[in-house]
Amino acid sequence: MADQLNKMASMVAKGAMSRREFNTRAAALGASSVLASSMLASAARADTPVKGGTLIAGIQGGESTNSLDPALAASDVPFMVNSTWGEMLVDVDNGELKMRMAEEVSSNADATQWMFKIRQGVEFHDGKTMTAEDVVATLMRHTGDEAASGAQGIVKGIKEMKAEGDMVTLTLESANADLPFLMADYHLVIQPGGGVDNPAAGNGTGAYKIVANEPGVRHTFERHANYWDSESAHADNVEIFVINDNTARTAALQSGQIHMMNRVDPKIAELLKGTEGVTIERAAGPGHYVFIMRCDAAPFDNNDLRMALKLGINRAELVEKVLGGMGSPGNDFPINAAYPLFDSSIAQREYDPAAAAEFYKKSGHDGSPIVLQVAPGAFPGAVDAANLFAASANAAGIPLTIKLEPDDGYWSNVWNVAPFCASYWGGRPVQDQMYSTAYLSSAEWNDTAYRDPAFDALLVAGRGELDSAKRKGIYSQAANMLRDNGGLICPMFNDWVEARSNTVGGWISNPAGTLMDGKALRRCWVMA
Amino acid sequence: MHPVLKLVVQRLALGLVLLLAVSAVIFLGIEALPGDTAQAILGQAATEVSLANLREKLGLNEPALTRYFVWLWAALHGDLGVALTNGVDIATAIGQRFGNTLFLAGCAAVISVPLAITLGLVAARYNGRWPDKVISGLTLTTISLPEFVAAYFVIFLLTQVFPIFQPVAMVFPGMSFWAKLNAVALPVIVLVMVVLAHMMRMTRAAILNVMQSAYIETAELKGLTPMQVIWRHAFPNAIAPIVSVVILNLAYLVVGVVVVEVVFGYNALGQYLVDHVTKRDLPVVQAVGMIFAAVYIGLNILADVISIGANPRLRHPK
Repeated sequence: MADQLNKMASMVAKGAMSRREFNTRAAALGASSVLASSMLASAARADTPVKGGTLIAGIQGGESTNSLDPALAASDVPFMVNSTWGEMLVDVDNGELKMRMAEEVSSNADATQWMFKIRQGVEFHDGKTMTAEDVVATLMRHTGDEAASGAQGIVKGIKEMKAEGDMVTLTLESANADLPFLMADYHLVIQPGGGVDNPAAGNGTGAYKIVANEPGVRHTFERHANYWDSESAHADNVEIFVINDNTARTAALQSGQIHMMNRVDPKIAELLKGTEGVTIERAAGPGHYVFIMRCDAAPFDNNDLRMALKLGINRAELVEKVLGGMGSPGNDFPINAAYPLFDSSIAQREYDPAAAAEFYKKSGHDGSPIVLQVAPGAFPGAVDAANLFAASANAAGIPLTIKLEPDDGYWSNVWNVAPFCASYWGGRPVQDQMYSTAYLSSAEWNDTAYRDPAFDALLVAGRGELDSAKRKGIYSQAANMLRDNGGLICPMFNDWVEARSNTVGGWISNPAGTLMDGKALRRCWVMA
Repeated sequence: MHPVLKLVVQRLALGLVLLLAVSAVIFLGIEALPGDTAQAILGQAATEVSLANLREKLGLNEPALTRYFVWLWAALHGDLGVALTNGVDIATAIGQRFGNTLFLAGCAAVISVPLAITLGLVAARYNGRWPDKVISGLTLTTISLPEFVAAYFVIFLLTQVFPIFQPVAMVFPGMSFWAKLNAVALPVIVLVMVVLAHMMRMTRAAILNVMQSAYIETAELKGLTPMQVIWRHAFPNAIAPIVSVVILNLAYLVVGVVVVEVVFGYNALGQYLVDHVTKRDLPVVQAVGMIFAAVYIGLNILADVISIGANPRLRHPK
């Protein structure tokens, strides 16, 4: 009851529920009117930012090898650190574009040219003023032919970049209605001169300046005195502790050593819920765990066999056992309700051993073992998931076996190489980007080797289509093609499961990434 | 030249040759691992072009032998270089972390060595009776717990049930000595639990072994109390085996505690080494490997010297 009341009270404070409705519902839950009104008062307090203090996050996913160069960021801690000292042109907040270093975005009629008006008077931590030239230099460093950046495979097809006064103009090789969303990629932190001279300087326009940078241990920050956005940066100091061990991180939150943590183990989320002073924050995001078959490698070049495997996996069981119920079943295409223009009417594929056996027979497979390669690090719980998959497939008469691989070198030696393996995707802000990254014939990360000219043509049509009803139809068609012909087995979408102390105010669920998509330290505050 | 001095010099020279061999083995090992630094850094986000560019930037396109000898030449001149992954100066990073490693190992040793030897003596004195059984039972229980289980147990007990300490044990320059001690309390408790039994059992066994000798009977017959017999006659003759076990455990406390470091987030060398092995960051792995090997070799020389010093026959050879 307390949970529900808390949630309702904060809705009232945010204006999402009326006071009268709150009182009726609270009474229905059996709360006394005294309790209800005291909750309302504390919720109102919780929603007024408190200035000052130190806000500390304990985060898994940091190593002593981490660099401050945004181009090389790949795990949770560098992502969070870079989001604290730097900012991109735009942010994506629950599917909506929010202006950051850009003040305005516009395009020409056919979406082949995009204009970004750069915010004026924004200062880097060293006091220099950010200019349109800095923006262009940054984009060049990440996307040019000489780039060694995680964004290099994401932002493609920019023909020309130009800085004029406070305008940045990007000319594309072909239409892309989603280009502004790509600019929210976390590698594209705006740096002075593009960060070419010293990419790991940690000098940005973000809310907090770096004080101590000890990779794999901690990162401490102080407020950037001339930060442009008066609605963020409440705490005087923020700190990130790298705590890779689940138990220690949880204990640190419970004992008050940290204020928030990422990656709560689903197995203990239920237990943690009962702990006083701690709130579990769940967000249903676009991240998903997958088993990928290469459509160009035997025996997976046979769609009947692919269908047999897709029908031979028990999605409900995986969500229950691997995610501890903190997620939702997938439907063999990489999109869910977290994306704009999602078609929720596509039928959910279920475990059907009889149909799977039929497809398996039709495929004419010779009965030799079908090998699924998996490593513990492919995704959390990957080995358990693979074993459950094998058991349910075997029950349908499909000879699926597991081959365990080491974590070391998995992403270079197994993923995108082996014919059948486990992997994960963090998701992308928009559908086109997800499809273009991994399912377009020419995509470098096309890990299912799915190559269908009709599908490619659909994606290109979608990019140039500015009418959203028509676009939704296009994406629905693409989803169905992939679901019934592709090499992707997508059994589940995993929720972000995180936790914070109740002394933290200002938490807003943002499913695009970990810890409010990296904005938790910038936007939350500590209550005394 | 005094024979002990000669031995030390010989051992030191051999140690240097050994270090060179270790550096070659480490290099080969890292080369033999699948994947390279560029792939390890970019991970799932790698593309052909970005991989090639990063390799070029990191100098990974040079032949393996060239890279090894360039590293060796620089290292011999005292230049450990910078980490491939994040460009941090290796000597500086290691300096701080090695200090933390020694601090943790030192705290654990200061408690565990005297405690283990005392318990061993008491167990030997009451051989087969209840104090012996209690001491042996308890220490064997704590050594039988895997380190991380012991760690979770003390975290639960001392941060949740009795909130005395903090679960995350990071130490930073600028912290006072007492604050540092408070921070490392939990890992020290775990390490003491882990190393106690080995040293205690060895002390007990060595003393009991000596107690079989005829001169112990003489000592007893001349009317000494059992504790006096152990302290004055048995212990000095049991020092050599005890010292070698103590040194072995000290070496373990310095080079082998990565699991405890990870659980408590303690910023010392073990975690640093593992992170860089994962990323194939050769200069760092070499540097830390050299330090660990040197500690092992150095402590072993020390153990030999103490053993010789404790043995009059070796101390004064004819």
